Amino acid sequence: MTKLSKHYYSYAFILPLGIIYFIFFLLPTLMSFFFSLTRWDLADWEFIGLENYVTFFSESSLTIGFRNTLIYAVVTCVLKVVLGLLLAVALTSNLRSKGYLRSVVFFPTLLSTIAVGIAFSTLMHPTQGLINQGLSYLNIVGPDWLGDTSIALLSVAFVDVWKGVGMATVIYIAGIMSIPQDYSEALQIDGGTAFDKFKHITIPLTAPAMNSVIILSFIGGLRSFDLVWAMTKGGPGFSTDLIASIIYKQYQGGFYGLATAGNVILFIGVSLLAFPLFMLLSKREVDL
Amino acid sequence: MRAKSKQVLTAATSLILVAGLVAGCGNNANSGNNANAGTNAEQTNGGGTETNAAAGGNAPAEGASAERYEETVTLKMLIDNQTSTEGLKAVTDEIEKRFNIKTEYELRPGGGEGDNLVKTRLVSGEMTDLNFYNAGSLFKSLQPEKYFVDLTSEPFMQNVMESFLPTVSVGDKVYAAPSGSSQAGAWLYNKKVYAELGLSVPKTWDELMANNEKIKAAGKTAVIGSYKDSWTSQLILLADYYNVQAEAPTFADDFTNNKAKFETTPAAVRGFEKLASVKDYMNKDYLATTYDQALKMLVDGTGVHYPMLTFALSNIFATYPDKIDDIGVFAQPGDSADKNGLTVWMPAAISIYKESKNIEAAKKWMSFFVTPEAMALMATKAKPEGPYVIKGAKLPDDAYGGVKDMMPYFDNNTNAPALEFLSPLKGPNLPQITVEAGAGMKSPADSAKAYDKDVEKQAKQLGIAGW
Repeated sequence: MTKLSKHYYSYAFILPLGIIYFIFFLLPTLMSFFFSLTRWDLADWEFIGLENYVTFFSESSLTIGFRNTLIYAVVTCVLKVVLGLLLAVALTSNLRSKGYLRSVVFFPTLLSTIAVGIAFSTLMHPTQGLINQGLSYLNIVGPDWLGDTSIALLSVAFVDVWKGVGMATVIYIAGIMSIPQDYSEALQIDGGTAFDKFKHITIPLTAPAMNSVIILSFIGGLRSFDLVWAMTKGGPGFSTDLIASIIYKQYQGGFYGLATAGNVILFIGVSLLAFPLFMLLSKREVDL
Repeated sequence: MRAKSKQVLTAATSLILVAGLVAGCGNNANSGNNANAGTNAEQTNGGGTETNAAAGGNAPAEGASAERYEETVTLKMLIDNQTSTEGLKAVTDEIEKRFNIKTEYELRPGGGEGDNLVKTRLVSGEMTDLNFYNAGSLFKSLQPEKYFVDLTSEPFMQNVMESFLPTVSVGDKVYAAPSGSSQAGAWLYNKKVYAELGLSVPKTWDELMANNEKIKAAGKTAVIGSYKDSWTSQLILLADYYNVQAEAPTFADDFTNNKAKFETTPAAVRGFEKLASVKDYMNKDYLATTYDQALKMLVDGTGVHYPMLTFALSNIFATYPDKIDDIGVFAQPGDSADKNGLTVWMPAAISIYKESKNIEAAKKWMSFFVTPEAMALMATKAKPEGPYVIKGAKLPDDAYGGVKDMMPYFDNNTNAPALEFLSPLKGPNLPQITVEAGAGMKSPADSAKAYDKDVEKQAKQLGIAGW
């Protein structure tokens, strides 16, 4: 009691924000667990137990959705980690137009995802798009980037990487800049090459940055929605549906309870994948 | 002690701040209500004449000045941003002139997002006085009996054709009036190319396929596919409903009551088969083509057939006014020539919100809206895409040629409403399922099965009896 009254001055300051956080974040989160167990039309609800979960798991497009989400998350995550690191190394070297190039790489991050999606779906049009018209000058018949079900998802993933790699690069650059110069001086004295520097100094010492990039881009990939929606709306058919777009379609259909159940599943799924990954990654961090 | 009072003071001021915030929001809401109450008061002044207006629904021109409100009443109408409001405005301008009732249009998105917006506004009690929304299964999913004014016994509803009423009724109560002309789900075709190639309008599916073959041989796209806008892929399936009904007359009821399935009804599977069979006649980039690009192909004559709703005629007229007469319409043929008929889409519904402060004015508004005179006014700005569903309203002489092509199906009574106007069920994944069927990713039988599953999910989620 004494402890609480001692601190209640500070609690009073937390209170307004706490109320807002509770009303707009915690309460809806808790309520969603409840509404996922109901048939809900926004006005009335009827308790139906786990039926929504059963329905959601028997959704025909869901298997595609789970598979697509994993592929999408892994592909975008790996490409961002690798390309981001290479770009960061290049952009911290003694390039002349370093400042300009850094902003070029970062620029796509500033654009609206929807605008990027619309622009790229125009560029990727099989007959009138800039990409395939360019290829046709080289006498290559480009594929239907977004219409061919076997590559549509990868096309979207490519755009995601184009847009997101700038953020990864910036995180890496910060990591590389914080490596003390002493290490590379020692390497120079020992006569190491640039590749040795990359392998023995840059990679181990940017591990914390790399972990952030992996976690951020992997979680981002798992719950990705806006880009797919702008480019393909999950189509053709269900071939680029991600879990998030399946959930959104349930919501559009007016199945609010079912959509909420889908979100609870997504929440649990992301947590199950992200927490072990985080644990694993933080173990191998090296102290500077 | 002093420190403590300071603490209390701080706590109190922060509370006041929060309270101020909340009160601020509250005030806004209140002032909104006051404004409404104001119009309400004005409206009751003129309310006494309302019954006159309703009784004189057929001929409101007489004694219009007596029915005029002293002060302007403003009605708000929520409408999707894809519907052209030109024609509606011609009518509402006249309503303003006659009754001093002003109509404000509030735009919302169409499609699924629009559905959710409308539902949210209804549940949160913030619907506009008038709601412009699809008739049929979508309207029924709004639970009209809960949110809209019962119009069953309003005299002006006598003007509305019987065929429209079931699409906006729950039980035997009617909850909305029609917003204009009906339209058809049919095949638009380029008459010029038809003449060049010496083709005639097909009466059976086989004849249509033979025409497709000839068009393909002539180096043109026989059937335009625009699956980038996935809703357009549904047309061949949905426009086949006249043929389904001809083979299985009780399908709509059985389907609603969980007694008939697409998969086990051969006539229904036939729609998916027709959809799959035109794949080889479609443009190569049909998965990347949009609705707008498809219209351009049809007008240019690079594409010859386009299965579509006839509202496309208005879009064509707006963009290519000199080409509108090149476009004709025929019903999607069935398997025998003597069972050839048109599948009809009902116009959107306009309903009055139950909690509106201006119900009397809205009824007066509607009593003029559903007259032949109003439809004629509408036609001056927006040509009809099919016959009107108001008794006595005639097509204007300058109607689109395509619409005139549709008239024999109405004169001979060989038409049927689309399934979504007969049943509250329409699976939300149908556009994706028809893309799969049309692109050959799934067999027609599997697509029918997938759709049955989609419908079952919807029925269970909506809690429809018997599922």
